[in-house]
Amino acid sequence: MTALNNDIQAHNRRATMLGSFVSNVAVRRFIWQALAALALFGSVFWLAANLHHNLAARNIASGFGFLTREAGLPIAEHLIAYTPADSYFRALLVGTLNTLSVAFWSIILATILGTAIGVARTSKNWLLAKLSSIYVDLFRDVPLLLQLFLWYTILQKLPPVRQALNPVAGVFLSNRGLSFPVVDWQAAHGWTLLAFVLCLLATTLYAKRASRKQLEEGRAKSFWPVAIILLVIIPLVVGFSLGASTNLDMPQPKGFNIRGGVTVSPEFFALLVGLVIYNAAFIAEIVRSGLESVGRGQHEAARALGLHPKNILTWIVFPQALRVIVPPLTSQYLNVTKGSSLAVAIGYQDIVSVATTSMNQTGQSIELVGVIMGVYLTISLSISLLMNIYNARVALVER
Amino acid sequence: METFGNSHTRAGRPHSKLAVTLGAAVLVAAMAIAPFSAQAQTQSGQGGSASDKVDTLGAIKARGYFICGVAGDRPGFSFPDGKGVMQGLDADICRSVAAAIFGDPEKIRFTSLTSLTRFPALQSGEVDMLARFTTWTLTREASLGLDVASVYFYDGQGFMAKKSLGVKSALELDGATVCVTQGSTSEANMVDFFRAHNLALKPIVIEKIEQVRDALANNRCDAYTNDSTLLGSLKLSMGPAGDEYILLPDVISKEPLGTFVRKGDQRFFDIVRWTYIAMLTAEENGITKTNIDTFRKTRDPQNQRFMGETGDLGAALGLDAQWAVNVIKAVGNTAELWDRTIAGLGIQRGVNRLAKDGGLQYAPPMR
Repeated sequence: MTALNNDIQAHNRRATMLGSFVSNVAVRRFIWQALAALALFGSVFWLAANLHHNLAARNIASGFGFLTREAGLPIAEHLIAYTPADSYFRALLVGTLNTLSVAFWSIILATILGTAIGVARTSKNWLLAKLSSIYVDLFRDVPLLLQLFLWYTILQKLPPVRQALNPVAGVFLSNRGLSFPVVDWQAAHGWTLLAFVLCLLATTLYAKRASRKQLEEGRAKSFWPVAIILLVIIPLVVGFSLGASTNLDMPQPKGFNIRGGVTVSPEFFALLVGLVIYNAAFIAEIVRSGLESVGRGQHEAARALGLHPKNILTWIVFPQALRVIVPPLTSQYLNVTKGSSLAVAIGYQDIVSVATTSMNQTGQSIELVGVIMGVYLTISLSISLLMNIYNARVALVER
Repeated sequence: METFGNSHTRAGRPHSKLAVTLGAAVLVAAMAIAPFSAQAQTQSGQGGSASDKVDTLGAIKARGYFICGVAGDRPGFSFPDGKGVMQGLDADICRSVAAAIFGDPEKIRFTSLTSLTRFPALQSGEVDMLARFTTWTLTREASLGLDVASVYFYDGQGFMAKKSLGVKSALELDGATVCVTQGSTSEANMVDFFRAHNLALKPIVIEKIEQVRDALANNRCDAYTNDSTLLGSLKLSMGPAGDEYILLPDVISKEPLGTFVRKGDQRFFDIVRWTYIAMLTAEENGITKTNIDTFRKTRDPQNQRFMGETGDLGAALGLDAQWAVNVIKAVGNTAELWDRTIAGLGIQRGVNRLAKDGGLQYAPPMR
């Protein structure tokens, strides 16, 4: 027996020495993955090298040198200072910020509206449930581009600038947009804003502590007095003590347009309304699926404890529903961002619009398509990252 | 002119977002994968620089038809008629080259291109030539790898505004909201004009002309800027409503519209250039589509060369001796071309007349 065992052991040793590389599963996996990665990078490199060679052979200029050249592009809406004398880089930055701003507001408003409609669809009120289901079916089924055209046309039917609606002094509504007054910005206003933000943080912390206390002591403590002191009185005191002026920059109809104040353009507004209404329909369905995923037993148990229906929703159902809601909500947020690229159809100058115009002026299509892709990739990955962090917080913790 | 409003739907153009992606994808894909053919060409050649071996004429002849890039959605320039046949100035400029090469203007295929896909399509070899009301500029020749072989139309950018605004000149547009369609030189020209005269501008850059028309009708913008011929045809297409608008007298840019070919094939460049000159020469000498056969027995040595009776102009271009005759028989001379296409838009020929009539068109000697 020992002789046989020795034989087997010797054989095994030989096999290990000869074929250790191939027989080891970990090594084998590594080799395959390395080969796959090599093939991928190799073909990308090959394509890129050929691209470069062919562009040169066809006398087509390439590279990103054009970014520092004067753009000379017309851009109506810009969150940072911009004139046509600025560079292509700055023009593309303005376009990116326009994309970010419309995507940011659309996501926030679509989430609020979508959640409200999703909750309404599960309501026991027949009319409310029916109306919200009609909303979802109507707006989910019509292509976004058509909806944008619809909103843009409706906004254009507002009165022309010379007959602008003037509901409150200083506010003008016309087909040139909604104009309203803003304060003349000074350093003192900046400090007031900073005080407000700090107080907002303090309020959040206080609210958290208050709710923890309530869980411990079983008695609800009113937190509004503290919130009002923190959010209203302290910032006002800061503002007044630094002498922040209350002068307003009032919009005035002048010449062809309204000058002064701040104007929200119909293009931005149509895009915002279109994106919010279209995506809210999808978000409503995501919210409904989340709410319905929470078992009936949870509702019944909460009712048995004597909780108010409002509190059942916010304390029992929603925290559990979020586990189902957040992952598909992430991809819906990505759709909002990508949907904003339809902006050019209704004259809002997002990154696609600015890059497309730049393409026409410079002929550098490949570089500019790369820029567009880079911008969307960065925005999308950032949204995914933030939502994944949030998802990790609401996900069921398995012990 | 009701057709104008329907143009995009009828031509069935893909949505432009798709077009952007497609255009870019076509260029990237073609450039990335094309090396097979490029290398094949280099290897089959006998040394020298790459440009010596590009033979567009040979490729067209081997293929059996000529591929020409047009817009396909602009009446007067290129627009399919009731039978689906492409009509217009751009279309006939394309046909003249097909006639010069094959003696048959119908050995041609039209490719409809947007302003975004036009250059990538030509650069990558998807089309042989571009006749798509495209303005000749320094950058386009110097950095896109293209050459302009002939200028067949002199246009200029203008403004159209509502009469009710009471504006008499573009210089009075200080602070105005001006609509502009995306994808041409007109955006940059507009900015240059407003900057040069220190006027405030609120631009609205819209992708398609249909939306611009709505915006204009609803007073979203005070004025619209584009090439004068386009403004003229837009005004005409609006019917009675068109009378509410005026074309401002200011012409803010020069828009010489040219035939574009790829750099590096001098032979093909010459064919495109001299085909157009042949049409101009025919107009100068009174040769038309209908009377051309009467010039067979002409005594004028100049016309004898034109008719291919003497000399070897065709051979010099690598074409048939009858090439110029074929061009005129197919599309006529430049005056006939104008009358058949642009005149229908209600536009005066103006600077597009021959030099001897006070215009800019001038034919160098064919000898």
